[in-house]
Amino acid sequence: MPGALLPLLHAIQDDIGYVPELAYPLIAKALSLSVAEVHGVVTFYHHFRTHQPGRHILQVCRAESCQAMGSDALEIHIKNKLGVEFHETTPDGTFTLEPIYCLGNCACSPSVMINEEVYGRVDNKKIDQLISDLKSTS
Amino acid sequence: MSIKIFVPIDSTALSLGANEVAEAISKEAQAKKLDIQIIRNSSRGLFWLETLVELETPQGRIGFGPITPSDVKSLFDADFINGGKHPLALGLVGEIDWLKKQERLTFVRMGITEPANIDQYMAHDGFQGLKNALNLKPEAIVETITASGLRGRGGAAFPTGIKWKTVLDTKATQKYIVCNADEGDSGTYSDRMIMEGDPFVLIEGMIIAGLAVGATQGYIYLRSEYPHALKTLNEAIRQATKIGYLGEDILKSGKSFHLEVRRAAGAYICGEETSMLESLEGKRGLVRFKPPLPAIEGLFGKPTVVNNVISLATVPIILAKGAKYYQDFGMGKSRGTLPIQLAGNLKRTGLVEKAFGITLRELLYDFGGGSLSGKPIKAVQVGGPLGAYLPESQFDTPLDYEKFSEIWAVLGHGGIVAFDETVNMAKMARYAFDFCAIESCGKCTPCRIGSTRGVEVIDHIMQGHDVKKHVALIRDLSDTMLNGSLCALGGMTPYPVLSALNHFPKDFGVDAKEPKA
Ligand SMILES: Cc1cc2nc3c(=O)[nH]c(=O)nc-3n(C[C@H](O)[C@H](O)[C@H](O)COP(=O)(O)O)c2cc1C
Ligand code: SF4
Ligand code: FES
Repeated sequence: MPGALLPLLHAIQDDIGYVPELAYPLIAKALSLSVAEVHGVVTFYHHFRTHQPGRHILQVCRAESCQAMGSDALEIHIKNKLGVEFHETTPDGTFTLEPIYCLGNCACSPSVMINEEVYGRVDNKKIDQLISDLKSTS
Repeated sequence: MSIKIFVPIDSTALSLGANEVAEAISKEAQAKKLDIQIIRNSSRGLFWLETLVELETPQGRIGFGPITPSDVKSLFDADFINGGKHPLALGLVGEIDWLKKQERLTFVRMGITEPANIDQYMAHDGFQGLKNALNLKPEAIVETITASGLRGRGGAAFPTGIKWKTVLDTKATQKYIVCNADEGDSGTYSDRMIMEGDPFVLIEGMIIAGLAVGATQGYIYLRSEYPHALKTLNEAIRQATKIGYLGEDILKSGKSFHLEVRRAAGAYICGEETSMLESLEGKRGLVRFKPPLPAIEGLFGKPTVVNNVISLATVPIILAKGAKYYQDFGMGKSRGTLPIQLAGNLKRTGLVEKAFGITLRELLYDFGGGSLSGKPIKAVQVGGPLGAYLPESQFDTPLDYEKFSEIWAVLGHGGIVAFDETVNMAKMARYAFDFCAIESCGKCTPCRIGSTRGVEVIDHIMQGHDVKKHVALIRDLSDTMLNGSLCALGGMTPYPVLSALNHFPKDFGVDAKEPKA
């Protein structure tokens, strides 16, 4: 398949949640690339992670429409609630918090995405509920 | 016969609980032993009414919304199925003013059909354009698109017919159609709606593009933020292939077209066409120097049509109804319709497809209903994160590529984000630089370094340090970025920044009388 690197990286991340550096030489060999090239691609894209994330991925939209509807305050609330900054995982390994720049759900801002499901018109109460639901199901 | 109840499956509807609504309806109906059939249709794009539940009646579909899972019981208690009154009843959906005032060409089927159901697509005039195209020579297809006046809806508004003609005229062993489904702009979701709601119209448009230029392979470069669109597109491609609309020997015409979805990986710059091609080739998404144009040397060095989702999804209706039909909508050199996306602080957000020429004020107030917060609308950003912020005094500008240029603004992908008076425009200008810094591909200095410097300088302004000097510095920096950047990410970040500064100087702590850029 031409241009197979991104599909391959997606497949790995879909499978285990991240792209471990240990895999770079294998990927490089399979696609006749240098390890540096693989490293360069993985780190260029915001979507790819190089470390094991938490059980749930919580992504908060930071783009303009969500800002117009108060995402700044929501972001602070979530960071305080989870006790982590963006790109960090809670010590118990439950949540990884990530920024995202538009979920295409701008008609119902502010929005968050949790494990690839979008939630719209999110306020503090709603996010607290979502977080506690997820904690109890993990 | 069972009663048909429609509950949208669009991801914005899902984000408000549409799945839970469907589940609740099914449970209530079971408990009441009612024979119903729940159909998961696409969304009409009246997002302030989602979840919009519709009921089929002999008069047409009747709507109820916005429905939350907890409203479902009351719907059944009111016997809505047999015409019982309910406070959330909206009457015939097709008669809702908001929808009736629109001119839906690209979005005709939206909310009506089930997304991944090829039979329904065909029952609602699907593939008429392709059938016509199969009887035309490539030159004639290109001529039809040129005559329709269609310009790229992805941002740059370049005439689609001219782009196709270049690819058609370039000799090569292999050509490609690449659909730009990266939709990175804030305030935009029409690409997503098409892919989740009417995927076949995009597929049909891409096949026609393939026939027009002689390309046999297409790729949809889809942003990773749209997992639902990925599923729907793959299912639609499977169905279209199964019945011979995709693949070898399309409808026994001897022509072939293969289509594949490729996932992006969260880099805004990969929406820029050359960066997207690099990404499709499996590399870092660094912008390429132009020329050569992708139409001459594109994907894997071959002639490539790169078009936005909406541009391609508009092709079928042009081939079905003719260039003149399409070209009769619009104003000036902006022909046809634009799917406009209302977002941000508005009462009634959603998708409005209208001919060019409608004003921003009509969109914000007649359609949008003013701000959701009830406070005055202070600024509106049109055209995504690289678009200018417009003040109230410019709300009467008609949507038209040239009219927007005249006021130093852009239409972009038709996204409109409204902010009420609580917004601080210095903060938004800071965000514009910050976004550029985060998303810069890093190839050129004005963008890579300038954006980071921009954030620092605005921080000084916001802290009241030597404001005059720093404002002058922002103008200087913007000038360098405008003139020295390789692509529009660096080259257009000054639009939001300078428009904020020029129209809302008070937020920066400066006098309105400062010289303008
Ligand atoms: C930074 C940047 C981001 C862009 N993002 C998109 C995008 O998300 N979708 C899109 O269709 N076009 C985007 N474009 C425009 C594309 O480069 C290109 O003009 C477009 O895909 C051509 O298709 P069209 O002629 O059908 O509009 C972007 C351009 C730039 C400079
Ligand atoms: S302007 Fe920015 S994004 Fe565009 S080529 Fe230069 S560095 Fe890359
Ligand atoms: S701006 Fe947040 S979903 Fe689009």
